[in-house]
Amino acid sequence: MAELKVSVVAADHEVWSGKAKQIIARTTEGEIGILPGHEPVLAILAQGEVRVTTIEGNVITAQADDGFLSVENNTVTVVARNAGLV
Amino acid sequence: MGAQLRVYRQKIKSAQTTKKITRAMELISASRIQKAQQRVAASGPYSRAVTRAVSAVATFSNVDHILTTEAENPTRAAVVLFTSDRGLAGAFSSQIIREMGELRTRLEGEGKVVVYYLVGRKAVANFAFRKRESEAQWIGGTDQPVFETAQQIGEALVAKFVQPTAEGGVDEIHILFNRFVSMVTQVPEVVRLLPLEVVEGVESADNTELLPLYEFEPEVDKVLDALLPVYIESRIFNAMLQSAASEHAARQKAMKSASDNADKLIKDFTRLANNARQSEITQQISEIVGGADALSSAK
Repeated sequence: MAELKVSVVAADHEVWSGKAKQIIARTTEGEIGILPGHEPVLAILAQGEVRVTTIEGNVITAQADDGFLSVENNTVTVVARNAGLV
Repeated sequence: MGAQLRVYRQKIKSAQTTKKITRAMELISASRIQKAQQRVAASGPYSRAVTRAVSAVATFSNVDHILTTEAENPTRAAVVLFTSDRGLAGAFSSQIIREMGELRTRLEGEGKVVVYYLVGRKAVANFAFRKRESEAQWIGGTDQPVFETAQQIGEALVAKFVQPTAEGGVDEIHILFNRFVSMVTQVPEVVRLLPLEVVEGVESADNTELLPLYEFEPEVDKVLDALLPVYIESRIFNAMLQSAASEHAARQKAMKSASDNADKLIKDFTRLANNARQSEITQQISEIVGGADALSSAK
């Protein structure tokens, strides 16, 4: 199965990066779930958590404020001024 | 001790004390460069991601957004100047200020009024000395920039940019900073932040790759609204980090040559002091010999 390359970056450092099966994030419009093969999207994130299900099946939760999310070619970038793992 | 000798000894002493200071500053800067460079590298993923996203929105949407469209007749331009808080860094700050002079000549040649935003005590001092006006200043912490400062600068700039020109807003924003190339080279760089020219050298590896057609959520202009302040901030933060790394590198270089100079001075003065001591001794001997001669011939 295809996998997603994910990186969660904050303004001054990379918070997490790795491979994932699924990502759930909260945009200003509502929750969005991303699986491999998702169309390119650029979305503004609302306050809230981003949940990443890694390829091993673990769930990593990151807090991301003031940021956005971009998806392209199975590469997902979560960008936020302040981000951190919970 | 002869007067001459004493003077040389004093000079040696003073060169030695100065050397201790410059050597210490050199070592401090050398250790901080590492950290500053790491911070530049660590902020890389963020600014790359932001730049990429902004390029995507700007290239694939034909929206008329205030932040992407150029004013018909730009009449006012903002220039943000990144200098250091402290001196003893060679030509670090003066280079930037000189570069600013050129930029000003160019902008004024195009009939624009230039509004200044100053970062670092050196820029503020220079403006105060020349009695020039500036819009806002940020001092302190140029050697270890924090993101909050970048955020403040970004907010001030975006607010000014959104304001209509007639009411004191600006049509363009330029930033001027020292780009850290290597330990020995730092290049002053002028970048126009707004209106957007996203085709920057920031994107390196995947330059040739085409940007995909994005789906935007919520709408394109909302996304732009949210992205642009972020983009400005990240560029400014990047400039601050680059400038900090350059500052340390410039200071290390300047202090190294100062220490080397002190070494040379100490060596030269030691030679002179030895000479003076020797001639003093020679003179004393000849005085004694002359005295003894006079005594024995007087018998």
